[in-house]
Amino acid sequence: MTAFILKRLGIGLATLVLASIVVFAVMEILPGDPAQLMLGLNATDDALQALRNQMGLNDPVLWRYFSWAGGMLVGDFGNSYTYSSPVIELIGERAIVSLPLAVISLLLSTLIAIPVGMFAAARRGRMADTSVMGVTQLGVAIPNFWFALLLIYVFAVWLRLVPAGGFPGWSGGIWPGVRSLLLPAVALALPQAAILARVTRSAMLEVLGEDYIRTARAKGMPRRVVLWRHALRNALIPVLTIMGLQFAFLLAGTIIIENVFYLPGLGRLVFQAITQRDLIVVEGVVMLLVASVVIVNLAVDLTYALVDPRLRARA
Amino acid sequence: MSLLEIENLQLSIGGTPILKDIDLTLETGEVMGLVGESGSGKSMTALTVMQLLPHAAKASGRVTFDGIDILAAPEDAMNSLRGDDIGMVFQEPMTALNPVKTIGEQVAEGIRWHTGANRADAEARARAILDRVGLPEKQFPLTRYPHELSGGQRQRVVIAIACALKPKLLIADEPTTALDVVLQAQILELLRDLVQEDRMGLLLISHDLAVVTDMADRVTIMRHGEVMETGETARTLSQQKHPYTRQLAEASVHIPERRTKAGADDDALLKVEGVVKDYPIRRASLFGPPRHFRAVDGVSFSLAKGQSKALVGRSGCGKSTLARMILALDRPTEGSILFDGTELTGKTEAELKASRRNMQVVFQDPYGSFNPRHKVERLVAEPLHLVEPQPPPAERRERVAQALVDVGMSPSDMDKYPHEFSGGQRQRLSIARSVITRPRLIVADEPVSALDVSIRAQILDLFADLNQRLGVAYLFITHDLTVARAITDQVLVMHEGRIVEEGETDRVFDHPRSDAARALVDAAPDLERAISRKLAAAQ
Repeated sequence: MTAFILKRLGIGLATLVLASIVVFAVMEILPGDPAQLMLGLNATDDALQALRNQMGLNDPVLWRYFSWAGGMLVGDFGNSYTYSSPVIELIGERAIVSLPLAVISLLLSTLIAIPVGMFAAARRGRMADTSVMGVTQLGVAIPNFWFALLLIYVFAVWLRLVPAGGFPGWSGGIWPGVRSLLLPAVALALPQAAILARVTRSAMLEVLGEDYIRTARAKGMPRRVVLWRHALRNALIPVLTIMGLQFAFLLAGTIIIENVFYLPGLGRLVFQAITQRDLIVVEGVVMLLVASVVIVNLAVDLTYALVDPRLRARA
Repeated sequence: MSLLEIENLQLSIGGTPILKDIDLTLETGEVMGLVGESGSGKSMTALTVMQLLPHAAKASGRVTFDGIDILAAPEDAMNSLRGDDIGMVFQEPMTALNPVKTIGEQVAEGIRWHTGANRADAEARARAILDRVGLPEKQFPLTRYPHELSGGQRQRVVIAIACALKPKLLIADEPTTALDVVLQAQILELLRDLVQEDRMGLLLISHDLAVVTDMADRVTIMRHGEVMETGETARTLSQQKHPYTRQLAEASVHIPERRTKAGADDDALLKVEGVVKDYPIRRASLFGPPRHFRAVDGVSFSLAKGQSKALVGRSGCGKSTLARMILALDRPTEGSILFDGTELTGKTEAELKASRRNMQVVFQDPYGSFNPRHKVERLVAEPLHLVEPQPPPAERRERVAQALVDVGMSPSDMDKYPHEFSGGQRQRLSIARSVITRPRLIVADEPVSALDVSIRAQILDLFADLNQRLGVAYLFITHDLTVARAITDQVLVMHEGRIVEEGETDRVFDHPRSDAARALVDAAPDLERAISRKLAAAQ
């Protein structure tokens, strides 16, 4: 088991290093001079040179890569060109919105999807199954911003239960913050839940055809009990894989929802940084996302081993 | 009143009739053998009693267990019968246990469910029954997972689950078909003892007449969903009054006619010398030395042109590994393999092409070895890519047609798809595929063990015939001694990676000298011996 974890950690670190090289290289190739952007079109050549020197843009490529990568190791992601504040602070301000949003959405989507998928699998081919699968088909097809608008209309405009947008921060306590994240989390969770429910259903169906399900039924346990005790855990591996992918998406791919709800999240930060050529912020956020994907994958791999003793043995 | 009474049972699945007019009775403490070929409805009869039929199944008639009308019983009532009063053992031990739960959990689960015992008591009872089925605590603590157990051990766990609450009726559906003969004998003995200890009724389902003859007090013989004959075992099988019973009995002891013409040993087609195969296994610790498992340990033998040789042994003895090396699908760690004077080890694929053409293989599973989307012509013609120069399309078709004729099929079959054929016909197709390059050696890995006895007899005839007509030599890998006796001149007995005995097939099996060979012979079911034992016991 220790060997397994060490190996996975090694692979994760290698992924991070490789990603940092790719990210850095891409940013090098992209046109646009940060110094020029900061000083505007009318800047003199002398001023530009001075700023370039100050920002270290004239140093050799390798030197710049290592000082950037080395800085990240100690938490220094550099300074934003447009905001003139440390990138790590910008990311921190946004992550306290995006991270809770992603966690709440993933929880919601899992809580909806797994029972729904199991329910459909248990009633394979019957009316209930067909209708549930029809609904999930819709859920996959309808974009999440449409859900978002619908939710705003119903819960914010009509019922006035939650705010329609904006984020009050966490300083006023947990509840106001969570309250303003509820609608966006639901809007994000529904399409994810639809996908996850379909995955759960097909994984369950495969497991339900296995011999050991028949063995369990032959012990005299009702179908429902067998479903929870014997089938679910065996069906979890594909479900966990998809959940890992979804979490990574929820962390970074929420820009549209953030815009709909005026949330100051990572998605908007990276979008603004790209439009303003604030490349150092883009680099920082991308690296953070790579790191979170690596961590989530490591967690998923470890969970596999928890779920399936055969993987533990091989590990 | 009998323990189990089935009267006039009809079963259809999605409108297709599966069972017609089944009558069967089983008394307390009695062993009933239910015999038939695949598709005869024996498993469906058992699943009807358990009420674990597929969704679309509709049963009518009367099934009474211990006075309870099973067909009318609500699901709750069935749940309290299953696992408590009726236990069931299934065919495939490798997949019958939940891979993510320990054996202790799986055995204790049914006990807790039915008796409401607390965890500790249920586990104590689970421990006791696992001890009883031959899985002592020292090697098999409750915390073991199924993947840490062999097939025979897993089947013991399944039996423990089924017998944990001393059911009145035990249904065993082909409980030993997936096991080698030695394990089969052990498992059957265990079943027999358990049934006697607790006076259970046993419904033993098998396709193997010899197994059933040894075990059962009475037999019921089924075909195409109908009962052909039922009666006391010894009488039914010794008199063989019903033509189908006779047909089954004859097919299961069938020996094809063959003139033995073993070539001299210096005329060797295949020469295996000092072959060793090591597989790496997991290190004891992260920085421990690399460890190996020796699957094949210094094997030498030779096979003459046109000779038919059996390679027999228990599962896991290394016979399939040896076969893979002979077929150059795997490289030996040490030793040499000479085929027709050419060394096979250490050659590239291009260099092996000529040898591959002369050496073909037939696998056990006629279902799994064909791509279902290709037509027979393409499937049978596959090995022709080894032939140089490549034959033109017209000649390809001609050669496919010839190969189909060789195996007793029609040239017009080449435009069909594999699903249009029965299991026996598919095995003919895979033999056609193996003879199309006119090879000099065919390695056949359990080629008839997935087939029903009557089909098996036909396929054995075909192998014998091809041996005579085309002069092809065989290496027959099998754990079934009846098959080895029927089709081979010489036999190699393999045990734990080594050849422990070799010689003429009949002589070795009649007078085995090694322990391994003797164990195989003693355990092998033999219909004639079983009938005479039964008759002697009856008098």
